[in-house]
Amino acid sequence: MEQIIFYILALIMIVFAIASVTSKKMLRSVIYLLFTLCGIAGIYFLIDYNFLAAIQLTVYAGGIIVLIIFSVVLVHHIEMELTLAKRSKQILTGLACLIGLGIFLTTIYGHQFNVVENSVTTTTEDIGYGLLSYETGGFILPFEVISVLLLASMIGAIVIAKGKKLTDKNDTTL
Amino acid sequence: MIAGISIYEILTVTSILFFIGVYGFITRKNLISILMSVELILNASVINFVVINKYLYPDILQGVYFSIFIIAVAAAETALAVSIIINLYRQIASVEVKDTEIMKY
Repeated sequence: MEQIIFYILALIMIVFAIASVTSKKMLRSVIYLLFTLCGIAGIYFLIDYNFLAAIQLTVYAGGIIVLIIFSVVLVHHIEMELTLAKRSKQILTGLACLIGLGIFLTTIYGHQFNVVENSVTTTTEDIGYGLLSYETGGFILPFEVISVLLLASMIGAIVIAKGKKLTDKNDTTL
Repeated sequence: MIAGISIYEILTVTSILFFIGVYGFITRKNLISILMSVELILNASVINFVVINKYLYPDILQGVYFSIFIIAVAAAETALAVSIIINLYRQIASVEVKDTEIMKY
């Protein structure tokens, strides 16, 4: 049963990812990306990381896709068609990607993984204790650093998106 | 771990996703499309972290922490990139790569 679900999810992810990078309509390609991200959340559910699946659904499907749709609607007409690369360039890039994929797959299948058979369910409690522990192997410092990074990038985004008016005002006062 | 699915199959799927992202990154001519391809690449790597943690080292949670950090950095990066794109559109009225020639305006 889980096997069938995994194969369906993998098929959905790959088909919609290809559709997302080859579609000519901008907004449609964003929606295809949304389906791919939902498929990835499904993989997390299958593998029993419910917390990460919830993060994936809220941050990616809820936040980033809406942000990208907003930017698309702000800078384009909805029906605007994209200019595609030249056919020769597409074929060349596809060939290079296939070669890279072949190298990846030969490396992966040539390596012997020491798979540990288990059915551990990770609870959100474990993740929370690990993120906030300050003992050896704890992640309190990166956690704080990432929160400062998020704050700084949000302020930076506001300043950049606000644009010219802010800088003009600053110039006159200086 | 997923019953009946080996680690090789999941790594195959993520490799395919990664290279679809690389293909889109190179062939697309639009800044927003390039941003979406970067999201695909990041997501493929996040799945790799989680799967290797779950299949090879089920007792520790390091892969989950790293995937959370990657998602946070990706969110910050997307917010900044979208604001830069919108600012760029105000100044040169285009988000095509070929029109974006100078860094200082």
